[in-house]
Amino acid sequence: MSGALIPEPTAPLTPSGNLRRRQIVSRAAEVAATGAAVLALAALVLVLWTVVSRGAPAISLDFLFKGYPEGVGPMLLGTVVIALVATAIAMPVGVLVALYITEYSGAKGAGALKLILDLLNGLPSIILGLFAFVFIVKAQEKQTGFAGSVALAIIELPLIARGSQEVLQLVPKNLREAADALGVARWRTVLTVILPSALGGIVTSTVLAVARAAGETAPLILATSAFDPKKFSVNPFEALPNVPTWIYKVSEEGNPNGYAEAWGMSLVLVAIILVTSLGARALLARSKRKLSSS
Amino acid sequence: MSAAASAATRMSGHGARVSLLRRRADRLGDRAMFGICLLAALLAGGTIFLVGYQIVHGAMPAIDKFGLGFVTDTTWQPNFGKFGAGVLLFGTAITSAFALLLGGPIAIAIGLFLTLLAPKGLAAVIGPLVELLAAIPSVILGFWGLVVLAPFVQEHVEPFLHDSLGFIPIFGAPQTTGLSVFTASLILTIMVIPIIASISRDLFRSVPPELQDGAAALGATRWEVVRGIVLPTTSSGVIAACILGLGRALGEAIAVSQVIGAGSEISANLFGPGSTLAAQIALQFPGALTELHQAALFYCGVILLVIGLLANLLAGWIGRRFGYGGAVSR
Amino acid sequence: MNSRLDLANADDLLQGDPQVPSRVRVQPPAPAGPTVSTPPTGVTETTVEMRPLVAPELVFDARGVSIFYGAKQALAGVDLGIRRGQITALIGPSGCGKTTFLRSLNRMNDPVPGFRIEGSILYHGHDVYGSDVDRVEVRRRIGMVFQKPNPFPKSIYDNVAWAPRNLGLRRGLDERVEQALRGAALWDEVKDRLKDSALGLSGGQQQRLCIARAIAIEPDVLLLDEPASALDPIATGAIEDLMHSLKGRFTIVIVTHNMQQAARVADRTAFFSLETAGPKPVGTLIEVDETTKIFAEPRDPRTRDYVSGRFG
Repeated sequence: MSGALIPEPTAPLTPSGNLRRRQIVSRAAEVAATGAAVLALAALVLVLWTVVSRGAPAISLDFLFKGYPEGVGPMLLGTVVIALVATAIAMPVGVLVALYITEYSGAKGAGALKLILDLLNGLPSIILGLFAFVFIVKAQEKQTGFAGSVALAIIELPLIARGSQEVLQLVPKNLREAADALGVARWRTVLTVILPSALGGIVTSTVLAVARAAGETAPLILATSAFDPKKFSVNPFEALPNVPTWIYKVSEEGNPNGYAEAWGMSLVLVAIILVTSLGARALLARSKRKLSSS
Repeated sequence: MSAAASAATRMSGHGARVSLLRRRADRLGDRAMFGICLLAALLAGGTIFLVGYQIVHGAMPAIDKFGLGFVTDTTWQPNFGKFGAGVLLFGTAITSAFALLLGGPIAIAIGLFLTLLAPKGLAAVIGPLVELLAAIPSVILGFWGLVVLAPFVQEHVEPFLHDSLGFIPIFGAPQTTGLSVFTASLILTIMVIPIIASISRDLFRSVPPELQDGAAALGATRWEVVRGIVLPTTSSGVIAACILGLGRALGEAIAVSQVIGAGSEISANLFGPGSTLAAQIALQFPGALTELHQAALFYCGVILLVIGLLANLLAGWIGRRFGYGGAVSR
Repeated sequence: MNSRLDLANADDLLQGDPQVPSRVRVQPPAPAGPTVSTPPTGVTETTVEMRPLVAPELVFDARGVSIFYGAKQALAGVDLGIRRGQITALIGPSGCGKTTFLRSLNRMNDPVPGFRIEGSILYHGHDVYGSDVDRVEVRRRIGMVFQKPNPFPKSIYDNVAWAPRNLGLRRGLDERVEQALRGAALWDEVKDRLKDSALGLSGGQQQRLCIARAIAIEPDVLLLDEPASALDPIATGAIEDLMHSLKGRFTIVIVTHNMQQAARVADRTAFFSLETAGPKPVGTLIEVDETTKIFAEPRDPRTRDYVSGRFG
C-alpha cells in the first residue's frame, strides 16, 4: 500500500516520494521570508535616504545656531529643554518605581505595577496631548513647554521603570543577603551597592526613553506649538519652540518652500535619535551581560 | 534588628549612644526609602487614573449631548454643532486592519528570517536595522509619506490597481494628491512591522532546539519544522504581539493625519480620503473653537482610550493565559 | 601503533569466521546448506562447510572519518562498518566523539558552526555527504532518537502521525500510528488516550513515544543517542527489550556510556576513546568487534582497561 512512499534503502540519497515538491515549498517559504526582510530594509533605506538627501543641503552652522528665518536654533534648543525637564520628572519616579518592584513589593504588587506600566506605555500619545492640554494648559491659560514635558514624562516613565527594573533584578541576590547579614540598613545597601551596580543599565534605559520621547509630536501640539520661532528661550513656563511640532506645521502648511528646513530638522532629529538609540541599546546589552555573569 | 545585626553594630567599636543614633537613622532611612518608593508607585498608578479621568471629564459635554449614539452617528459638522464618530471609527478600523493584515505576516516572516534563516552575523545586523524602523519619529515618517510615498502611490500604484481591479469597490477612483486611506494604511504598516517582528523574533528564538532537532530528524523540511513546531508553539505569543501592534496602529495620530486626506464620509474606496479617531483629534483640536467641538474630540479620545486599553489588556491576557510571560513593553 | 581496527586485517584475525563479509559489495548469497567438497587426492572425505544464508551487508561504511569544529578536531581517522539488521553499540568515555560520529551519520551536525568532515561515510555505497545528496532525504531514511525525550507539544497521536503526514503517508494513518506504538511497546498504555498531550507521559513513555515517532515512517536505520541515560532503571530495561524486538526490521546504532547496556543489547561494539598522543586530545576509534569478543578478549589494552572498569 505505501510501498511507493517508503524509499528503497539502496537507492541514491536524492529526494524520494514527495520530497521534491516539499523542498520547493520550503524554498518558496525561505524566499518569502527573505523578501519580507528585504522589504522592511527597503522601507528603512528609502525613508533615511530621503531624510539625508533632502536634509543635508539645509544643514549649516547658521541653520543650527541662528533663529528663524536663517536657522532653527530655537527649535533645537527648545527640544533639548523640554526633554531635559521631562527626564528630570520621569527618571527619579521611574527608578523609584523600579526599586519598589524589586525591593519592596510582593509578587502581586509587582504584577500589578508591571501591568500599570504596560498600560501607560500603550497610551496613545495624542491622548497624553489632550491630557496635558486639559490638565495644565487650560489651568494656566497658556501653552507651556512644561505641559509638553509632563506629557513626555508620562511617555518616558514606563520605559525607564521597565529598563531599570530589569537591570536591578539582575543584581545578585546574595549581595543583598550579605548586606542584611552584616546588619547594614536596607536604604544604605540600595544607595551604596545596588543602585551603583545597576547604574549603567538605568542610564541607558533613560537615554532610550529620551530618544523615544524626543520624537513625539502629538503630546506637544496641544501643549507647546504656538511659539515664536525667532526667540531663543530656555524658560519652560512659556510655549517653547520645538522640532517635532515645527516639522508638523511645515508639513501641514503644504508650502514646498518651507520643506527644505523641515528636512534639515528631520535629519538632525533622526541622527540624534538613531545614534543614541543604537549606542544605548548596545550599552544596555553589555551591562546586562556584565551583571548576569557576575 | 537581628541579634547578628546588633552584634555587628556593637562590634564596630562605637559607644552605645552612637550605635543607638545609627540604629535610629537606619530605621528612619529604611522607612523613608520605602515611603518614597511607595509614593512613586502610587504616582505611576495614579497617573493612569488621572489621565482617564481628565479625558472623560473633558468629554462630558459631548457625552451628555450625544450619548452612545455618538459612536455610530456619521455626521461631523462643527459649524452646526453636530458630531458623530461613525466615520472616524470606520477609518480607524480600516486603516488598522489593513496595517495588521499586511504588516502582521510580513513581520512574522521577518522574525522567522532573523532566527531560522539568516546566518548569525547577518541577523545581528538586520535585527537592529528593523528595530531602527520603529525609532523613526512618526512626524518624519508622515512627512516622508506626504512628500514621497503619496505622490508615488498616486502616480503608479493607485491607477494600476484601479484600472485592473476597479470592479472591487475598495479599488475605487484615486485622488489627485495620493493622500488617502490607502497611503495612511501603508504608513501604519511600516510602523507596525518592527513591533511585531521583534517580539516574534524573541518568541521564535525561545523554541527549544531539541524540538526542532527532533522534527528535523524525522525528515521534515525547514518549512515543515516552522509550520509544525515553531509556529504552533509560539502562536499565542505571536497573536499577543499582533494585538500590541494593532494598539499602536489604532493610536497613531500624527503620521496618519499627514497623509489620510481629512475625509468626512464613510466610503469603501481605499483610494479616497478618510480620517481616524486619533488623526481627527490632531487635525481639529488646535482649531476647535467651541466647547462642544473640543468635547466631541475628547469623546473621540475616550473611545480611543478604551480601545487602546482593551487591546493592551487583551494582549497581556492572551500572553499570560496561554503561556507567554506577560505583555512586553517596547 | 596500530590503534584502528582496519577491516582489511579483519580477515586475518577472524580467520575462517563465516560471518565476515568481503569489504563493500553485497555478496550474492552462497548456496545454502552443506556443500560437499572433494579433496584433490583420491581420499574421499566429506567436508561440511556452512555458508551464511545471506551475507550481512554494510549499511554504513565509514572510512578515514575525521571531524572538526572550526579549528578543534573532535574525531580522527575512524574506519567503521555498520552491518544491516544488527545493533552496533558505540561505547567509550565522555567527550571521545561517539555522539559526534553518530550525528554525522544522518547529517545532524550540519547546522553546527564550523563543522567539517574529512574522509567518507558511505550509506549503501552512496556518499552521505555527496554533492547531490538531499539532507532531508538522509534523515528520512536514517532516523534518530535523542538522549533526552523530546516529544512535540501535541497529542500522542499527532506526535506519531506528524512525520507520516508530511511524507504523504495519509492512507491508513490510524493503522500506521497503532503499528508504530505497538512496535515501541507503548500501544497498550496509551491506546485509550491518544488525544491526550504527549507531555503528560512519564519519561520512559515519552522516550518510547519518540521511538514510535521515528519508526512510524519506516526508516532503514535507527540511530539512538544514549536513549536510556535520562531514564530510571525500569524504563531503561523497557527500552533495551524494545531494541531487541526492533533489531531485525531496522539497523540500529546506539551510543551508550553504559557498558553493561552495550553488553546486553549489541551484536557488535565499537570502543572510542581520547587519543592523547598528538598535540591535543582527539576522539578515536580504538577497537570494534563482536560484543562478546570486546568484553571477553579485547585486543587493545585501552579497551581492556575500559571494559574492566579501570577508567572511564
